[in-house]
Amino acid sequence: MSSAGRFGEYGGRFVPEALIGALNELEIAHNTAQNDPLFLAELAELHRTYTGRPSIITEAKRFAEYAGGARIFLKREDLNHTGSHKINNVLGQALLTKRMGKKRIIAETGAGQHGVASATAAALMGLDCVVYMGEEDTRRQALNVARMKLLGAEVVPVTSGSRTLKDAINEAMRDWVTNVADTHYLLGTVAGPHPFPTMVRDFHKVIGEEAREQMLALTGRLPDAILACVGGGSNAIGIFNAFIPDSAVRLIGLEAGGDGVETGRHAATITGGTPGVLHGTRSYVLQDANGQTVESHSISAGLDYPGVGPEHAYLHDIGRAEYRAINDDAAMAAFSLLSKTEGIIPAIETAHALAGALVVGRELGPQANLLINLSGRGDKDVQTAAQYFGIPL
Amino acid sequence: MTQLDAVMAKVRAENRAALIAYIPAGFPSKQGCAKAIQALADAGVDAIEIGFPYSDPVMDGPIIQEAAEISLKGGTNAADVFATLKVATDTGVAAVVMTYWNPIERYGVDQFAQSIADNGGSGVITPDLTIEESDRWLAATIRSQINPIYVVAPSTNDSRLAAVTSKTGGFVYAASLMGVTGTRTTVSSDASNLVSRVRAVSNLPISVGLGVSTREQAKSLAAYADGVIVGSAFIKLLLEAESEEKGLDAISHLAKELALGVREGR
Ligand SMILES: Cc1ncc(COP(=O)(O)O)c(C=O)c1O
Repeated sequence: MSSAGRFGEYGGRFVPEALIGALNELEIAHNTAQNDPLFLAELAELHRTYTGRPSIITEAKRFAEYAGGARIFLKREDLNHTGSHKINNVLGQALLTKRMGKKRIIAETGAGQHGVASATAAALMGLDCVVYMGEEDTRRQALNVARMKLLGAEVVPVTSGSRTLKDAINEAMRDWVTNVADTHYLLGTVAGPHPFPTMVRDFHKVIGEEAREQMLALTGRLPDAILACVGGGSNAIGIFNAFIPDSAVRLIGLEAGGDGVETGRHAATITGGTPGVLHGTRSYVLQDANGQTVESHSISAGLDYPGVGPEHAYLHDIGRAEYRAINDDAAMAAFSLLSKTEGIIPAIETAHALAGALVVGRELGPQANLLINLSGRGDKDVQTAAQYFGIPL
Repeated sequence: MTQLDAVMAKVRAENRAALIAYIPAGFPSKQGCAKAIQALADAGVDAIEIGFPYSDPVMDGPIIQEAAEISLKGGTNAADVFATLKVATDTGVAAVVMTYWNPIERYGVDQFAQSIADNGGSGVITPDLTIEESDRWLAATIRSQINPIYVVAPSTNDSRLAAVTSKTGGFVYAASLMGVTGTRTTVSSDASNLVSRVRAVSNLPISVGLGVSTREQAKSLAAYADGVIVGSAFIKLLLEAESEEKGLDAISHLAKELALGVREGR
């Protein structure tokens, strides 16, 4: 049988037969587009004139003083239109949606960044947009719910299961099974059935391609380590991809440790999970002895997911990338530190990568150059952070 | 030849369709489920599907989602599913398990297939297992001599129908519509179209499911399908009943009606 979409023993397709036709159609549309100079030029032009690409690199000198003196470089995906890396994938898939002749997109969202990006692309391209969001997350990320509505999207609060990202994906898949003829499911990370992990990576790999050139120009060499937070893993694979052949460059994914992996209240899927199938793909999963998905926990809505992209599972198993867990408190400390030392308020998701840099920088010492994917800005998190730090609103 | 194969041959000989009922293990409770199975068997269903309740049932609508949540809160595990399967087969009807893939993988693919056989089960319906991911599973079902039952949909094209049905045993599960489980007021016209397309590529019996809840619907499906699958309609009655007793009466009544329906279609 076909091995398309496999990463070692991970990936593949575990979906109702009803979706196979749409997944095949999408795979063909994506492969065709990737070999079509017109498509690539259209997307590049959108990124130049709408997203704001290439994103710049900022050296974080004052922050670096807390990281053992290693030089720290931030790839500023937070400066993209809509405030995170998510727009890279969304614009690519929205163009594909139009090419497939579909009029409606649906999306899941945790932090709301992918939902906002999807609503934005739908407005730009004249598509109908429905965003599924766990009820719990609609409260944690109320500002982004309002943004999506202002952009003309319908936001559906999901009340099943744990009422977070996992359940929003379930609900989006149910919608897709029902409306697949005219609807594209604009999945927001490198998870899900083939071709999503490959396609979403292809739309984000521009991050690492730009960064590789920028780092060579800035420092004359490749960085020693690249760090990114990992929820589903899209911003991480986006910045890792161009460096995978550079075996001397360490690739480090930072998962959400929540209250601590040892407490069981976390979202560190590779660190604390086991191989299994969730949402159409085989990867690491937080699950119990019966194969039931276990609820994840994280202060960061965008990392609060009990699965992870299959390519990360593979990179982990072959030892090309390493994955570590960062607890809520360490992430929030790094969130505060970057805000106060660099004047950049990061997304709480991103703060996990920054906390990782504080540790890895000390491990590697002052000669090291660290590149961090600053995947998003923290505007959406002001309420959560104010609560956490006891700032009255 | 499994007991399910025998049942499908028998109804074909009787020139009617089989009535196949679905109920999740552990719903409405452990004991309640055993009673419901007995009530369904007594009312004349030909086969029973025992659902393995799962945390992320993307093919299921709100009714089965709620039943699965109740069952999981009650602590239902793999051992309970097999025990429930045994309850069903002990009544004399053919019985299969319907489960999403991850619980099988977690339990152990070979062991799962063997436990089905050990408890008298005829096969397993795997709604999210594609044939491309099935090599280990198919080998296990052959070793344990159980039916691998795949679901096909109105969107499945003819060449894929041929590929999927060539791996299938027992019956082909034809989803009557594009959508998730739940009760619907009419059976979509997609169903008859899909059944004829399956007939063109396969000699297997074909059972139609998704959205069936009344004797009238069962009758109209029985005109061209070999089996009629009813799940959400039973579960809805159990969820809405004032007491377990009344719920059991209600499903017994519905099953008798449906059993008439599958006999009046031709
Ligand atoms: C800013 C930001 N970073 C990271 C993530 C996590 O997603 P991924 O792991 O796919 O990059 C999110 C998700 O919402 C996000 O908003």
